[in-house]
This record gives sequence, structure tokens and C-alpha cells, in this order.
Amino acid sequence: MTTTEAPPAEIGRPRTRKEDQHLITGHSTFTDSMVLPGMVHLAMVRSPLAHATITSIDTTAARKAPGVVGVWTGRDFPEQGGLACAWPITPDMKSPVHLPVPTDTVNHVGEIVAVIAARTKAEAVDAVELVDVQYSELPVVTDLAAARDGSAPVIHGDLGTNVSATWVFDSGAAGTGGDASAAIEAARSDPDQIVVERTFRQQRLIPAYMEPRSTVCDPNGAGDQITIWSATQIPHILRTMLTLSQGIPEGKLRIIAPDVGGGFGGKLEVTPEEVATIMVARQLGKPAKYTETRSETMMAAHHGRDQIQHLTMSARKDGTITGFDVDLTANMGAYLALVGPGVPILGAFMYNAIYKIPAYRFSCTNVFTNEVMTDAYRGAGRPEATFAIERMMDELATELGMDPIEVRRRNWIRHEEFPFTTVAGLTYDSGNYEEATDKALRHFGYDDLRAEQQRRRESGDRIQLGIGTSTFTEMCGLAPSRVLGSLSYGAGGWEAASIRMLPTGVVEVVTGISPHGQGHVTGFSQIVADRLGVPFENVKILHGDTNISAKGLDTYGSRSLAVGGIAVVKAADKVIAKAKTIAAHLLEASEDDIDFAHGSFTVRGTESSVTIGDIALATFTGHNLPDGVESSLDSEAVFDPENFSFPHGTHLCAAEVDTETGKVTIRKYVAVDDVGVVINPLLVDGQVHGGLAQGIAQALYEEAQYSADGQLTSGTFVDYLVPSAVDLPDYITDKTITPSTSNPLGVKGVGEAGTIASTPAVVNAVLDAVRQFGVADIPMPMTPARVWQAIQDGSTAAGSNSSSTGGAA
Amino acid sequence: MAKITVAVDGTTYQDEVEPRMLLVQYLREKVGKTGTLVGCDTSNCGACTVLFDGVSVKSCSVLAVQADGHEVTTIEGLAGINGELHPVQQAFHDKHALQCGYCTPGMIMRSVSLLKENPHPTEAEIREGLNGNLCRCTGYQNIVAAVQQAADALATAGGAR
Repeated sequence: MTTTEAPPAEIGRPRTRKEDQHLITGHSTFTDSMVLPGMVHLAMVRSPLAHATITSIDTTAARKAPGVVGVWTGRDFPEQGGLACAWPITPDMKSPVHLPVPTDTVNHVGEIVAVIAARTKAEAVDAVELVDVQYSELPVVTDLAAARDGSAPVIHGDLGTNVSATWVFDSGAAGTGGDASAAIEAARSDPDQIVVERTFRQQRLIPAYMEPRSTVCDPNGAGDQITIWSATQIPHILRTMLTLSQGIPEGKLRIIAPDVGGGFGGKLEVTPEEVATIMVARQLGKPAKYTETRSETMMAAHHGRDQIQHLTMSARKDGTITGFDVDLTANMGAYLALVGPGVPILGAFMYNAIYKIPAYRFSCTNVFTNEVMTDAYRGAGRPEATFAIERMMDELATELGMDPIEVRRRNWIRHEEFPFTTVAGLTYDSGNYEEATDKALRHFGYDDLRAEQQRRRESGDRIQLGIGTSTFTEMCGLAPSRVLGSLSYGAGGWEAASIRMLPTGVVEVVTGISPHGQGHVTGFSQIVADRLGVPFENVKILHGDTNISAKGLDTYGSRSLAVGGIAVVKAADKVIAKAKTIAAHLLEASEDDIDFAHGSFTVRGTESSVTIGDIALATFTGHNLPDGVESSLDSEAVFDPENFSFPHGTHLCAAEVDTETGKVTIRKYVAVDDVGVVINPLLVDGQVHGGLAQGIAQALYEEAQYSADGQLTSGTFVDYLVPSAVDLPDYITDKTITPSTSNPLGVKGVGEAGTIASTPAVVNAVLDAVRQFGVADIPMPMTPARVWQAIQDGSTAAGSNSSSTGGAA
Repeated sequence: MAKITVAVDGTTYQDEVEPRMLLVQYLREKVGKTGTLVGCDTSNCGACTVLFDGVSVKSCSVLAVQADGHEVTTIEGLAGINGELHPVQQAFHDKHALQCGYCTPGMIMRSVSLLKENPHPTEAEIREGLNGNLCRCTGYQNIVAAVQQAADALATAGGAR
């Protein structure tokens, strides 16, 4: 054998996706497209009231309706268990019972009060109208502050309070920094310091994945198995939680996540609808399907964000921060969602961001309201944190009359200071904020835009220009199990992978992550192709079926590559180690003399070699293996990271504000992200683009609104503004590459970065444009009406505001 | 029930349908064209877009009975008989213009129609032309690039398709 040409490295190539073919030709396998013989279709009777006692339910007429095979109220499901919350953030956290189909009381609009099964979906929906539910109304709570301070009626009487838990981190007590309260108090009386105090509202958002949730349950699987197809991000967690909450033996459950149409955290849930579908299928002994309408998604699937952020920062007049206090009120909704209580707590470690803050305190109070639950939505706690600190950095710059970039430079961790242990107790392994910022400024043309801004101000142009900065970091790759344990999370953060070397040269990779649009099949194929030296095309990635991928913890928290991808690498390394022993035998050499590169084992200093494919075939035949060696190269691995990874970057936004209409147009958006080593730049850019869209949408367009009586008034895509192509700009993206040192590939997460970074960049830009009119803040989303009103109010209230010209114009 | 005759992706179907049945329900539930997807219930998202006598429509906004005597092309009928991708399909793949793929059938069908209406659109015209189709994954940048690539490819091919 002769030496072979080294194939081009797969890692770093902009490979187009293996996932696309069936999706662009209409051969998709989304759950709602599935039809099983004898399957019944479900429709839900949902509560129109936000808080009420169910006094009676008459299902007589519905049961007689054409095609209806059954109607169930909560009392007809004696087997149902309360849905579990997996994240008790404090030992005394209060958590109400959350039945999938409540029997006595409804606590938010859209709760299921009855389930109808019929031959067709249309017949089921028709029968919904025939169910007569009588309610006795109870007082409704939608005000977070009132829920926290005790002035609102208690929603769950048995809990005696609307406060679920308060979680506190204090760097003084933790020994990671000083006493923030003391630092801020000292600053108040120090003429060389200022104290900036602000309250921001993180509005409620709706994940708005394009595929409404859908579940099919076949209770009659082979071997007594119950097979569940569901539009979920978390087939493995769903399986475990169904056992823990509903008492169905885990071995009976097979969960399949087929094509899943987006999630963004919104499908990180164990839902009442899934449980109801399973219960009906089991009671009937027939397959059942439930697919929600968009309106039902908006109303009954979990929302994200929804916090009041009270922030106090002290700093010296040269811009150096001396203390930071964060006090949050977080809206849990009516119940505690799967990981809902922990979402704001994930932010606790990120409010200090990229800055050297000597004293830091974080306190979060989770409260109940009569609104749908909140839980993970793209970024989950970290966008809120990044928004708060990056808004505060601009506020500090404004107060001090400094350039917002300069204020950041004075405080951020310098490149040579890594690894750096922060005031929140995390150790950032790597980063280069200077390089990312300098690169972003070059792409942006910062000085030219500042000059244009000044010209427009001086000429009183109808269109005013503002510049917004966000220099962010995030913790991702959820997560080190020990850290999760210290936060009382109910599971670990490892990920599993296995590799099967088939005799024909195909490499089957089984991963415990569960992609739903990210492109992991392509990216993981590239990693394995490089690691094992096999063609990209020969790698087959399997996922999303608990019968195939028995072990895993699924996809969220930008963990799939940084944790799941590393598990694949570890499994591949085990394959290589096994193959090396056999290679030495086949080549009649000592294992110590064998090198492996580009898929071939070579005896050092000779031309003698054998490929890993040859060895796979040799294990298949088993004709000539060393004594005592197992006839298999197949390997599995579990990877549990020792640390998070910390992507970072600098985002700059130039926003034009039409002062006569209040309309905001993003003129230029530059995102320089450092996500470590890039496996596939095409996929990374795609993740950044999509993330930006969602972060910009929070700044400008989206808000889930409830009326005082708990009605969701933004319950369709007519009222909830998911941006279209005309609402978003062309993004300029670039990268710096500072490899993560916490994993062997040097990768970091990328799925949430764009969302985390972009919201404050946009808001800072808009405020920079209109501060000259005396505008101090505009709540998100910054709609034309709000911007216009703020300009009107600011101009009259602050007429001669000359101190806040914003930035270093 | 009403009797209708509809040509879908080159095959003629005769069916009895409820007058209230939407075209998208007919396509998915009666004809088995599950490549066409439903993303909302207010005709905002465009996931269900198909060609109706060659022009894009949201099939949730058309009744099945209105399709009587008409021709419908879904995402499943777009590629050539030998599986050759339509230039728009090819461009969506090349430009990474899809992630989860749920908006994709509608987005592709609308893009096909857009390029028939305006074979050489500017970026702004593409964005305006796709205004009725929502995507939650891509941020649209790569979709716009894909339509641009498809426009070039169709122009090179003489607009034959």
C-alpha cells in the first residue's frame, strides 16, 4: 500500500446540509403528517377564563356528536399525575400541583378542561362547541409587582403566597468579591463616584416556532411498547419525566422526535397536551393524534422572558465600575414549568458579563400570575442579563458623558487576563474582547456614522441616527453536571454518543442530542469524517428516537456541539484505540509503532498500512483477530464538561428613527462573534442570522400582552408581530476565533449568541438617536407608537436637556 | 358534500368534500400531499403556499371547492420527474436558506411565483415579495440570497421553467 493523499479537512468547510433534501422536496416527516390505522383525532376544550373554579362540565351533547368516540374531563383521567418541575431552585420553593387536565380550578386562559376524540379532526373540533362548562370566576392576577409585594390576591390558596422562591447570590458571602450593597452605599456619599439606578422591563415573548406542537401516540407497539412521536426538543427528558410524573414504566416508552419545526426552547417542555394524548390513546387502545392550532400554541404553550429588572450600579467617574446590584421579579405564570424557575437564575452568572466588577449581588424573586407558564426561550436568562448590563453600560456612559465603547474598554477583562474567575464565580477560559470590538468597529465604520449622526442632529433632520453597542458573553454548553447539581437542577448535563463501524464502510453515529433545524447531522458528520478519516458521505448520524438513541439529554442551551459533539469525538477516539490493536496484529507490528492519520494505520517508518474500513471489515468477518480481542470496533462515550464555554462578541447597530412617525429602521448591523473553532461556517452564520432576528424582534416587534383579566390579547400572528423579511436588515457577520480550552475541539456554542447580543444593541441605538429629545427610556418592543410618544413626552418634559447627547458625538 | 375535480402535481383527483374544507386540508388529508404544511390559523405565515394555476396562494385561504377545475402545484410537484431540483429548491440548499424546514415548502413556492412575476428582483423587491411568508430560523438573509441565486439561474436557463 502507498501513502494516500490527505483529504481536505472537513472541519471548517462550509458544507451544505445533508438535512435539506427531504425538506426542500416536501418529503418531510413532521408529526402532524403522520397517520396511523384507526387513529383518532383530538381537540381540546380550553378555559376561556384566567382564574376560575370549574363548577360543572356537561359533555352529553358532545358525546352524541357525529364521529365522537370519547370525551374526557379531568376527573375521567384518574391516572394523571402532576406535571413535574425539574428545577427546585431553593429547598423551600413553592410549587402548585399542575394537572395536565385540571379537575377543579383553572389558573390561566387556555388550560385544558376537556378532551375530545373523534374520527376526524373536524368532528373533534365541532364537538368542542358542544361541551358546556360552567365556571365560577376568581380574582385574576397579572401584575408582577403586586404578585411579589403581597397586594394581589393569592392564586394558589394552599401555598399562601404568590411568591414561589427567592434566590440570592452575593459575591461578598460567596467569597468571590466584595459586598455590593456596601460598595453602592459608599459610592452614594463619594464625590468621585456616581450611582446609576434603572428599572427595565423584559417583556413576555412567545417562542413562535413555525411548527405548532403535535403528538401522536400508538399504545399498541411491539413488546407492549407505547410509541410517542412528538414535536419536541427533548425526547429523552420527555421519556424520563413521563415515568416520573405519570408513573408509566420507562421501559414501555419509546419517544420519537421526527422532523421538528423549530423549538428555540419552546419545545423544551413536558406538556399537558402530550400527556392528554397518551392518556386517551391508552384508554381507547387506539392511536391518537393531537395537533394544536397556532392560536392554541400562542395561548397555552410556554412563553419566555417576563421580568422586572431593578438595577443599581456604582462607578468611579473615570468609568470604572465599583458595584452592581440586580434585583429581579420573574413571572413564572400560573405554574412552574419544567425548568422555568431556573431560567432567570441562569442569568445570575452573566449580569457581570465581560466586566471586572468587584462587588456583585443578584436576587431573583419568582412569582405566580394567572398567565401561561414561562420557561426557556432562546438564551433563557442570559438575554435578560445581557440586556440589563449592556443597557447599564450605555446609561453609565451617558451619565459620565463618555463614549460607550470606551466605558466598556475600561472595565472589560483584557485578553492577557484569561483564564479569569469572575465575581459570579465562573472561570472564563478564553476570550478576546479587544479583537472582536476592533473588528466590529472596522466593519461598522464607527467614526463615519458618529459624524453623520452629528450632522443629522445639527441640521434637525427628520431622520435621526443612533448607534448601539453590545459587547456580550454568554455561558453555554449546558452543562457541567456538578454545577447543575450545585444549582439543584434535577438532572445532569452530560451527553452520550456511540459509533458503529459497519462492514461496508458506513459509520453510524448515534447521538443523544435532538436537532430540530440546527444542522447537527452535517456538522457531526464533518467532525467524524475528520476524526476517523472517512468520507463525509459515509457518516450517518442517528438521533431523536429513544429506541435508537437510548441515552441522551437532548438539545438546548447551546450544548449540542460543545457537549454532544465532544461525546462523539470521545466515542471516535475509542473506536481508533480498539482498531489500533487490531491494526498492529494485522500489520504484524507492535502497537507502539502504529500511527493513525487520515483513516489509515501505518507502521512507523514503513509503507505498511491498513485503513480503518479494512479493520471494520476484519471485525465483521472475525477471521483474523488477536487473541482475546472483541470482534467489534463499536464504542460509546459520555462526555461531561468541566466548564461551560463562553462565546462572546461585539455587536454594533445603527438605527434610523423617523422622528415624525416613530418608525425605527436598522440601517446597519454588524455582528462579530467569537464562537471558538468553527466546524461549518455556513451553519454558524445561519445560527447567528436567526438569533439576531429573534433578538431584534424583542427590541422592536414582539410582546405577549395580557389584559387585566388575564386574556392574551396578542394571541395570533395578526397581533404578535413575528418579523418578516421586510422587517429585518441585511446582517454583516464576521468572527474572531479564540478556541475554548474546555473541550478538545476548541468549540463554543452558537445557537443563542445572536439573540443574547442583539436586543441591547438595538435598544441602545434607538435611545442614542432620541436621547437628545429628553427621552430616558422606551419600553420594549420599541414600536413606532411608543417611540413617537417618547419623543413627544421627552420634548415637552425635558425641553432643554443638554447633558445627554448620547455617546461621544 | 360537493364533488370536485382537481389536478394536483399532474394527477387528476375527483373527490366529495365538505364545502367548508380548506384547500390545505384537502391537499394534506385527502390527497396525501403532506409536504404542504400548516403554520398558523390566520393566513399570516404562508407555510401552506402552493401554486394555483401557476400563481402562489396560501392554501389555507382557499376552499377546496374553489379548486374545482383548477390546477394545483405543491412542493412535491416542483422537482423534475427524474428528481432534478427546481432552481429555487437548489438555491435554498446551496445558500443554507432553511434550518428546521417548516416554512420552506411555502417559502419555495412563493419564491417560484415571485420570480415569475419579477424575474430580476432587487433585494428590496425580494423582501417585499416574501412579506407574507414567515421564517423563524434563518433571519431571512440566506433566503434572500437563495432567491437571488435562483433568479440568476433561471435567467441563464432562459426562464424556461
